Amino acid sequence: MDVVLLSRIQFAVNIGFHYIYPPLSIGLGLLLVIMEGMYMKTKNPLYKQMTKFWVKVFALTFAIGVATGLVQLFAFGTNWARYSRFVGDVFGSALAAEGIFAFFLEAGFLGVMLFGWDRVRPSMHYFATICVAAGAHFSALWIVVANSWMQTPAGHKVIGVGDQARAVVTDFWAMIFNPSAVDRVIHVVLGCWLAGIFFAISVAAYYMLKKKFEPFARMTMKIGLIAAAIALVLQLISADRSALIVAKYQPSKLAAMEGIYKTEPRTPMSLIGWVDEETRTFKGISIPGGLSLLVHRDLETPVTGLDQIPEENWPRINTVFQSYHLMIYMWCFMALVTILGLFYLWKKKLSAKRWVLRALVLSVLCPQIANQVGWITAELGRQPWIVWGLMKTSQGTSTSINANQLVGSLTMFTVIYILLFTLFIFLLDRKIKNGPEDVPEEMPYRDVYQMKVKPKGAS
Amino acid sequence: MNITAGLEIFWYLVVGLAMIAYTVLDGFDLGVGILHPFAKTDVERRTFLNAIGPVWDGNEVWFVIVGGALFAGFPEVYATSFSSFYNLCMCLIAALIFRAAAIEFRSQKPSPKWRTTWDMVFAIASLAIAFLIGLGLGNLVEGIPLDANHDLQTHLFSTLRPYPVLVGIMAVSLFTMHGAIFLVMKTEGHLQKKLMKWTKSAIGIFIFWYAVTTWATFIYMPHMVARMKEEPWLFLVGVFALLAILNILREESRKNYGWAFISSCVGIAVFVALFGIGTYPVLIRSEIDPAANSLTIFNASSSTLTLEVLMIIVIIGVPAVIGYGIWIYRIFRGKVRLGASSY
Repeated sequence: MDVVLLSRIQFAVNIGFHYIYPPLSIGLGLLLVIMEGMYMKTKNPLYKQMTKFWVKVFALTFAIGVATGLVQLFAFGTNWARYSRFVGDVFGSALAAEGIFAFFLEAGFLGVMLFGWDRVRPSMHYFATICVAAGAHFSALWIVVANSWMQTPAGHKVIGVGDQARAVVTDFWAMIFNPSAVDRVIHVVLGCWLAGIFFAISVAAYYMLKKKFEPFARMTMKIGLIAAAIALVLQLISADRSALIVAKYQPSKLAAMEGIYKTEPRTPMSLIGWVDEETRTFKGISIPGGLSLLVHRDLETPVTGLDQIPEENWPRINTVFQSYHLMIYMWCFMALVTILGLFYLWKKKLSAKRWVLRALVLSVLCPQIANQVGWITAELGRQPWIVWGLMKTSQGTSTSINANQLVGSLTMFTVIYILLFTLFIFLLDRKIKNGPEDVPEEMPYRDVYQMKVKPKGAS
Repeated sequence: MNITAGLEIFWYLVVGLAMIAYTVLDGFDLGVGILHPFAKTDVERRTFLNAIGPVWDGNEVWFVIVGGALFAGFPEVYATSFSSFYNLCMCLIAALIFRAAAIEFRSQKPSPKWRTTWDMVFAIASLAIAFLIGLGLGNLVEGIPLDANHDLQTHLFSTLRPYPVLVGIMAVSLFTMHGAIFLVMKTEGHLQKKLMKWTKSAIGIFIFWYAVTTWATFIYMPHMVARMKEEPWLFLVGVFALLAILNILREESRKNYGWAFISSCVGIAVFVALFGIGTYPVLIRSEIDPAANSLTIFNASSSTLTLEVLMIIVIIGVPAVIGYGIWIYRIFRGKVRLGASSY
């Protein structure tokens, strides 16, 4: 295998694994602000218990998020040196802003949020929680802005040619507010909120099934379902806006997402199916004219198909198609369980509807899957470009590394990630089973070393 | 001097100050990690862990800032150094991941086997980070075979040359001493007495490696002292480093650990400054043709506009970071108290 393919796989593994955690931190951050805010307002100890429990879970996801996030700091330089040289001038300011405005805020105040319960006033603790949540959101903001520039570059000029070419900023604000930036930041942040919200819903549903910690579970469920309903509606609006941007700036991506080969009036919108890349046909169910209506708000205007785009600039059509559709199915499932959950909660029958609770327990996977395949759609749909229209992915790798080094590092990451994920699930399971009540450990830690250390003279 | 050159020098200073912040702050975290397995009881180990618990994460961000600042201001340097030191970077990544995991996971389960395993992971990862940072800096001092395209291949073993290894060992001894002094300030009673003894040994070991490294730099890295020979007043910086180190000894013998810690911070900062004085304006030295192929702050920088934007970000952001950073350190000042929310 070659360096380009291995580097792409390695980046996908790194970022895919990393992206399990930051959405949880961002979504839980939002919930913590809500819960602790309600505690500040009502002084109801139940809210404090909820906050304390989710802070502990937050700490666990945050730790792995940071550990795997550090990899990304290296990844551009180690594997994508030519890309880094090309985009450094543009990326630089966004990443510097992320470091200074986001990471310090998050990591700095995390200490106060975790360990400061008895050391600062409740209002200061709440302030720390807000700062942590704000930091988590800011980091999403800056990194998605940088990524959006790769999708819809603006505010720059390219100087030099070949390996000496560099993208140089000419207009900072045009670069930051590049055409897709605002909509994509909103879309991503809503996806993160859903990740955190359904995490909380899932745990609450589990407790309701087991009939444990019921006041805690009911309140978490209520907050979770209401937040989910709001976020899901917002996500639908955001998705529509994002699709319009893709249609305008990245027609080949949209064509791949919908499997459109032919440019024609009444362009169909596919619901489910398979794109046969050999015969260049789509097999499945679609709504005639649906895509035209979505993109142009008009049935007759054609949507650009792949026939209008040179073949060397096509992404992997079926992979993009399936990823995109899976994301939508996940939204549908989340919407369905939220409606059911809210309905039975309103009817006060949720505890008895065990199948709904079971579906709610499983729902934690939906935003996670949606986030992963959403990014796969965005990034694979951008191929063969690493920076849309400016640089191909194959031109971005480091020239000083070889396939053997990559096989070594890829193996290392895979092993580490399997280990981390196993430990994460194991510890999370323990935390959830221990529950929100502060129960002292059943087996108090016996100081094993105490026996070895015999009093030796003066020491 | 034109505006661009001024901005380039400004950004070079920013990278340098971020490096100082990282080595001073995460330096004691690394030292605590290295000393961790020498603590025998679980309470002692938890005390160590919680001494850095609330702050280590924020300290580590300075590392991200150093890397990010290079990417932003000197993208050529970021791209060349990280891809050239590929294997070193991968080891460093692994060590950073395992340290974070160890700190977070260690106290999650009361099982002794679980805890001792993570204790060892914590110590080895901290040791590895300290060594690899020294190794990397040592390699930057000695230079790497960089061609005119600023590309090359350096395997892990070709970075393990004598001088960089020596710098790596020196870094380990430096951070160990720094961490030991920090722990003396954060502990009390029996444990503190024990740590005072360790501090004494750690200072002795560090001074030995400091002397060897200084000697090796003078003999084998003449380009590092070339600037000082041109501008002799810069020797004062070296003398200042020596005075800071001697002051650690003095304060230690007087049991003024607060001042010993400040001296240790100053010592670390001056070491970074000496690295800068010796290498300026070079960031990555080419062994093949140092004059033509080296990456300097002038031939590797971002555009003037980006450097201006970066300067504004720093001017707005850094005072706030320092402000709330100090506030957070003040909240957790004093001796370690183990409680329900501790690690």
